[in-house]
Amino acid sequence: MIRLGLSALLSHWRRNPWQFATLIAGLALATALWSGVQAINAEARASYDNAADVLSGGGLQQIRRADGAPLQVAEYAGLRRMGWQVSPVLEGALDVDGRTIRLTGIEPLTLPQAATGDTPAQPADPDNVLFAEGDVVFVHPDDAALFDGRAVTVRPDASRAPGIAVTDIATAERLLDTRDEITRLIVAPTQPLGVPALPPRYVMTAPGTRNDVARLTESFHLNLTAFGLLSFAVGIFIVYGAVGLAFEQRRGVFRTLRALGLPLRTLMGLLAVELGVFALIAGGVGVTLGYLIAAALLPDVAATLRGLYGADITGQLQLRPAWWLSGLGMALAGTAIAATAALIKLARLPLLSFNHPRAMSMHAAGAARWMAAVALGLFALGAAIAWGGQGLFAGFALLACLLIGAAFCLPLLLSSALLLAGRLHRSVLAEWFWADSRQQLPGLSMALMALLLAMAANIGVSTMVSSFRLTFTGYLDQRLASELYLTAQTFEEAQQLTAFVQSEGATVLPIIWQDLRIGGLPAEIYGIRDHVTYRENWPLLAAVPDVWDRVARGEGALINEQLARRNDLAPGDMLETGDRVLGVYGDYGNSAGQVVISDALFAQRYPEVQALRFGLRTEDAAHLSERLEARFDLTEDALINQSELKAFSLAVFERTFSVTAALNVLTLSVAGLALLIGLLTLASLRLPQLAPVWALGLTRRHLATLELARALCLAVVTGVLAVPLGLALAWVLLAVVNVEAFGWRLPMFLFPLDYLKLGALTLLAAFLAALWPAVRLARTPPDQLLRVFSNER
Amino acid sequence: MNVRSFLLCAFMALALPKVAAAQSFAGLGSDAEGFATPERGYVFQFPKDHGAHPAYRIEWWYLTANLQDAGGTAYGLQWTLFRSAMAPEERAGWDSPQLWLGHAAVTTPSAHFVAERRARGGIGQAGVMADPFKAWIDEWHMTGADMQQMRLTAAGDDFAYDMQLSAKGPLIFHGEDGYSQKSASGRASYYYSQPFFEITGTLTLPEGPVEVTGQAWLDREWASQPLGASQVSWDWFSMAFEGGTRLMGFTLRDSAGPDYTAATWIEPDGRTTAFPDGAFFAEPLAQSDVAGRRIPTRWRAVLPEKGVDVTVQAINPQAWMATSIPYWEGPVTLSGSHTGRGYLEMTGY
Amino acid sequence: MVLKIANLAKRYAEGGEAVLKDVSFDMAAGETLALEGESGSGKSTLLHLVAGLDRVSGGRIEVDGADITGYSDAQSAQMRRRVVGLIFQQFNLIPSLTVESNIAFHARLADRHDAAWAAHLAQVIGLDAHLQKYPEALSGGQQQRVAIARALAARPRLLLADEPTGNLDETTADAVLKLMLETAAEASTALLMVTHSPRQAARMQRRLTLSHGRVHAASPARHVS
Repeated sequence: MIRLGLSALLSHWRRNPWQFATLIAGLALATALWSGVQAINAEARASYDNAADVLSGGGLQQIRRADGAPLQVAEYAGLRRMGWQVSPVLEGALDVDGRTIRLTGIEPLTLPQAATGDTPAQPADPDNVLFAEGDVVFVHPDDAALFDGRAVTVRPDASRAPGIAVTDIATAERLLDTRDEITRLIVAPTQPLGVPALPPRYVMTAPGTRNDVARLTESFHLNLTAFGLLSFAVGIFIVYGAVGLAFEQRRGVFRTLRALGLPLRTLMGLLAVELGVFALIAGGVGVTLGYLIAAALLPDVAATLRGLYGADITGQLQLRPAWWLSGLGMALAGTAIAATAALIKLARLPLLSFNHPRAMSMHAAGAARWMAAVALGLFALGAAIAWGGQGLFAGFALLACLLIGAAFCLPLLLSSALLLAGRLHRSVLAEWFWADSRQQLPGLSMALMALLLAMAANIGVSTMVSSFRLTFTGYLDQRLASELYLTAQTFEEAQQLTAFVQSEGATVLPIIWQDLRIGGLPAEIYGIRDHVTYRENWPLLAAVPDVWDRVARGEGALINEQLARRNDLAPGDMLETGDRVLGVYGDYGNSAGQVVISDALFAQRYPEVQALRFGLRTEDAAHLSERLEARFDLTEDALINQSELKAFSLAVFERTFSVTAALNVLTLSVAGLALLIGLLTLASLRLPQLAPVWALGLTRRHLATLELARALCLAVVTGVLAVPLGLALAWVLLAVVNVEAFGWRLPMFLFPLDYLKLGALTLLAAFLAALWPAVRLARTPPDQLLRVFSNER
Repeated sequence: MNVRSFLLCAFMALALPKVAAAQSFAGLGSDAEGFATPERGYVFQFPKDHGAHPAYRIEWWYLTANLQDAGGTAYGLQWTLFRSAMAPEERAGWDSPQLWLGHAAVTTPSAHFVAERRARGGIGQAGVMADPFKAWIDEWHMTGADMQQMRLTAAGDDFAYDMQLSAKGPLIFHGEDGYSQKSASGRASYYYSQPFFEITGTLTLPEGPVEVTGQAWLDREWASQPLGASQVSWDWFSMAFEGGTRLMGFTLRDSAGPDYTAATWIEPDGRTTAFPDGAFFAEPLAQSDVAGRRIPTRWRAVLPEKGVDVTVQAINPQAWMATSIPYWEGPVTLSGSHTGRGYLEMTGY
Repeated sequence: MVLKIANLAKRYAEGGEAVLKDVSFDMAAGETLALEGESGSGKSTLLHLVAGLDRVSGGRIEVDGADITGYSDAQSAQMRRRVVGLIFQQFNLIPSLTVESNIAFHARLADRHDAAWAAHLAQVIGLDAHLQKYPEALSGGQQQRVAIARALAARPRLLLADEPTGNLDETTADAVLKLMLETAAEASTALLMVTHSPRQAARMQRRLTLSHGRVHAASPARHVS
């Protein structure tokens, strides 16, 4: 009996291979979108983690000599024998055939684990460097040729950054032709008990200064996570549609099997197994597709990250279990959720029932009202969360309430819109058109919900990314107002550099700060010189009158938005530091609080802190940087040109946009497919509804055109409804989730042209989805239509 | 003894396949080409032989101590400096072929603290000088005018100790006057000990400082190729019985043949009796789950010729050395024919 | 003549067995004619061809003086709107529209809507109390009555009915047929009805029988093809 039942169930697919393909394609595409986004996310996260590698000292502190001279090996041994757990790094430039490669010599035995990244199998593994035969140099394959004739064994490794070679410190000493020199010491994250203070001839510097931007990119990351969430939602709808189709088309078979005595429980078991197998097949295909999607998009993402971190990250995708398992899980879970509804329906299916399309839609009208009630409940819950909840979780919960609620509202809203449209048109065909559209609605509502979510997601994410870009460029203008940025290694060097710069006629703006704690949380206090640079470029969110003059006179401080929000501070309030808040400025670079006071006040309060970083205002940045580089032996990142940095940041965003755009298209394609599946499901049910109209004097072509127009109308209404939803989504992302995650609120900008384009894209998706069913209708043989009217059906 | 440490270094080699394949730094059971090898009849010269022997492939200064505080709580302490050579010479600077490895540990009945240090020779970060005696790696050191009176320090990120050592008896020599055979085929090492140290000092633990006293045992051993290729792991026992006699015994487990055992019986005045293969044997009585492995933490150790049949029980079965090459090392109590305290080391589990 | 059929042939597959081989007959305005025959004799096919729902393989059909055999889809559709009315065995009604809209639908498509006439028809079929209901709320007989009212609302020249009472019990069938004959007469509409019920056929003015793709006059006379 089971075998018989199974073969009867499966024979349906043999006879309808394209239906099988639709089911698998639907599931697979949803899985692909999900796992693709997951793959990019996982890879991005892994890249973040790996970016902290030995080249930048990871997130670890560094020790150098205060006088700027290189350390001697004996000094290193001396520090070690004091108990300081430090590891030497010898760096230098190697010029080969006009190309410069940076050579980094490490001491593998003492290199802290944290400095080697989280991939012990990588060739940067200390033991590999030390014990490899002969003198081994690890380089990017492109740079391998540079070491020809240098008596070293070159190990090309694509995961290494181009332009930087890593080797043992002994080899580095030989290649760089230095003796008894160490560039810097990496400080291990944990130190033994009883380590004495660092002798004053050494300075300890904080890890890299890239963290500002790094934190900003977390926002980009959140954007991807949100996209993942939304694609999951869209995916659930499409899986629901596909499973619904599989059940709808086999009602007759079910009924026959039940009538033949197959127990309901066995039938449901068989269907569950069948769907489970399909979900695995489709999930596998989907994960593969997702891999391809991610592989296609990853170079852009990698380039984005490369831009933001300045470190080279491989653009190669790895099969991380995190995302391919989640892809398969999504296929299975989605199928399970969708199948549960279908199986419950099956359990309630009477053994004998006849086709009652209006009954279905009348039942659906009740369902739509019920769903709208649930939606109202969700909105209320969302409002309660927005009002009373805190934290990132609350932000995402609000997002979920908003999206699901809106999707649930859709059937009622669409039905009302169609009713209204039907009242406006009094021609007979129009009346029928709208009435018939309403009747079709229940069968399409899942697909339309997917379309709604897809378009809303696209609007929301596009708005977020674009707003983010505008804000970020504004932020760059603010923070990078100076033409050049100069970082000195030591105080002596700083003095020489600033004296030289001033003699060249440029203005020096010291960037000087001290770490402190406000309200128990880490914060920074800056001293700034009164200069037009700040007055013109710093956008203040709130301020007292004459704020800059008063700050310059030392009457108070400016604080950043995150500090103001976290501690509920406004101009006029007193800070723990004893400063009065005079203004609040937007700060999109980090999550820590900042306080800005005048440089005079700062010097008075922190006389021991001396500036190592400077902004330089000059008419001719290129000339000044040339002069500086000619005069001083500056390290690679000691001098940064602002315009290059800005151009670079914008380029980074262009890539972000191409990723976003690609995901837009993909999400809409999936929604389009959901619509196609919905229309195909309805196609066979539609014949009895269309045949009378045809018989009364409409051509099949005419009918097909109307069907196409109907799908487009539904898409238009859905698209119109998606705009406010998308904007609400963007608002939640920018004003709630972002505030919870980073402590600042991104201002929201509107991009109507983008929304129009997205709307057009949505219509295109709907048109393409409706085209095939329409063409099929136009080509339906008359006798198939005529069969509706006779009992031979 | 510390055959254990031999194997430790052997494992180090095995863990680094490129090394074994390429450079001269190879497993303890492999070729000793270019390195000096121990010879029968060698006459030790002190204080020179307390120092390093760069011409031999491996060497160690290995101190273990059984301690107790004023309340009678038992503690174990370990301080070890390994030297491992990739070439039979020393060179100044980063190019030095000598590598140094330090292990320090404190064992309490309920906790086990471990720290590890690594260093390259040639730059002064680690080394051993014979006269005045000084063995060090980073800030850890064992220092004294000679080996009679020494200071011993080490620290990790969650513990530290600062101890005074005072020798109350002579050096003793294992095997044939310090020539210690490790396999039936004749591989051997130079091996002597100072088992008569009295030790006092302060342990710094997360709960605070603890004043302790007790007895310590220092092993000195060096060789180039001490083990047969199939000798893969060992169990090593040092025992101090009430009444002042001591016993060192070990089992080298062989993957291809019978185990190899050896023992040294030490009278309170320092007179020794060396026992050949088979005279001493040890069998596990109970095992514990340690770091995801099954490790015997209760043993029966037997030396019939001296009437020794004791149960060896670990004070803290979780005395796992989670270092580059992990092993088990910790203090034990002895009961049965004799009572007392001692140290147990096990590798290859 | 409202209908002239000459040498009509129909086969579904190229070179296949012909369903209709050589059928010829005429109908005068207002005439009622029963087309009888066994299952598969081709009577429904003949009706569909007359309605322009399917294409002929040979011969000629003139409806209300116009040759429809060469009509395009669009011309056939126009002809169905303006010249003929159709009643099938089932699924005549548009499920998304109310009874009232269904009745008016055809006439409005034909641009010939006459509210008074439609209201009269609704009254005649006895459903004027159910005008705002949807078809699925009606019984089978009621649905067929609505189909009749809709078909006649546009005052077609020719009413084509394909076993309009085939799904109904005998009493209801008689009532529906009676209604159809009376209202057709009132609208001066000719009626071509396919039926396999001799009882019903007997109530028509003429009877033709289709067998083996040819038409024969029912007893007593024989109409020769």
